[in-house]
Amino acid sequence: MPQISQFAENWYAASQIFWVLLTFGFVFFVIGRGMLPKIEATVDARDRKVADDLAAAKAAHAAADALEESYRQQSDASRAAAQKAVTDAKDKAAKDAEKRLAKIDAELADKLSAAEADVSAARNSAMAEIESVAAEAAGELVAKLSGVKVAAADAKAAVKAVLHG
Amino acid sequence: MADQGKVDPMHQFEVQKMFDMFHVGNHEVAFTTSAMWMVIAGLLLWVFMIGGMKRQLVPGRWQVAVEGFTGFISGMMNANIGPEGRKFTPYVFSLFMFILMLNVIGLMPFGLFGLHPFTVTSHFAITGFLAILSFSIVLIVGFWRHGLHFFSLFVPHGTPWWLLWLIPAIELVSFLVRPFSLALRLFVAMTAGHVLMKVFASFIIDGIAAGPAVGLGVGIPSMALMVGISGLELLVAGIQAYVFALLTSLYLNDAINLH
Repeated sequence: MPQISQFAENWYAASQIFWVLLTFGFVFFVIGRGMLPKIEATVDARDRKVADDLAAAKAAHAAADALEESYRQQSDASRAAAQKAVTDAKDKAAKDAEKRLAKIDAELADKLSAAEADVSAARNSAMAEIESVAAEAAGELVAKLSGVKVAAADAKAAVKAVLHG
Repeated sequence: MADQGKVDPMHQFEVQKMFDMFHVGNHEVAFTTSAMWMVIAGLLLWVFMIGGMKRQLVPGRWQVAVEGFTGFISGMMNANIGPEGRKFTPYVFSLFMFILMLNVIGLMPFGLFGLHPFTVTSHFAITGFLAILSFSIVLIVGFWRHGLHFFSLFVPHGTPWWLLWLIPAIELVSFLVRPFSLALRLFVAMTAGHVLMKVFASFIIDGIAAGPAVGLGVGIPSMALMVGISGLELLVAGIQAYVFALLTSLYLNDAINLH
């Protein structure tokens, strides 16, 4: 096994140690200490960038959600307002109609009662005329039949008693 | 003739001196095949990582591949140690990538182009160095952060008082064995895999040398096994690099979050 037997040779161990020290030292200082941190920094920067971008995307998503929510609320509110305006208008219109109807009703009732009053007045006057005509006629009839003169007031009272029962 | 045709499955592990460089004490330091592959692995790794340095917000394929590796290790450190593990990610990442690159390079069929691939991590000197490095960091971090309180690592939670004479001894041994198990696991896995492949390859060559009937009878099943084992070895190359990094992170966790 030369790996062991060559230790006996004067130059073997010294050369091996010298060269591994030199080459591994180069690898460690130039590659390990010099290049590796830069590569790791690049990877870290990329990871950070990806994380930041993801966070930004998440924030934008949340903002969009909030915006949509506020839009929805706004549209809900305006819809409710519109509905309210419509019902108010309907209510107002109904109330107006009712008021007008009531007014017309009252006018009609007034006209009716006036007409009724007229009718009853006419009837009363007609009745009164009938009474006086009947009293006259009754007075004349009594005078013709019995020659007795009946006072107009008596005739009137008698006619009234007959007419009104 | 027959002796020359024999394939020595251990020969591939021999480190060849390419040229001398200087002396440290009475030791000679040379540029070797092992050193060459380590340099190549380091440079390939560097080139690979440059592709991940475009730092685009939307990454291209190459950048995704590099970020996959870095994310894999930093994820492992986060899972095993927590946020404090980030400080040690550069070390564990370097360890993982370096070992992975060496393991995979050793498996590449460079032989087709006349190059002889060499698996640096099949050498105990290398894996031992890396294991001792990891173990030293664990010790330094542990004593730095917890002082002598770090020794309470050897008394796990819920140890009954009447076992206090035994458990710390067992824990101490298991702690001290860590660098050896770390080093041996990688070294043995790499060595065994490459020996296995060489042995099967030698079956094919020896079979052909013994005649066409034996050559077909032995060669075809051996080749089929080689294909399977090559895939398995690629898996092992990844797994062993991962295990080394994972265990280092677990040991670091002991040192950082004592209990």
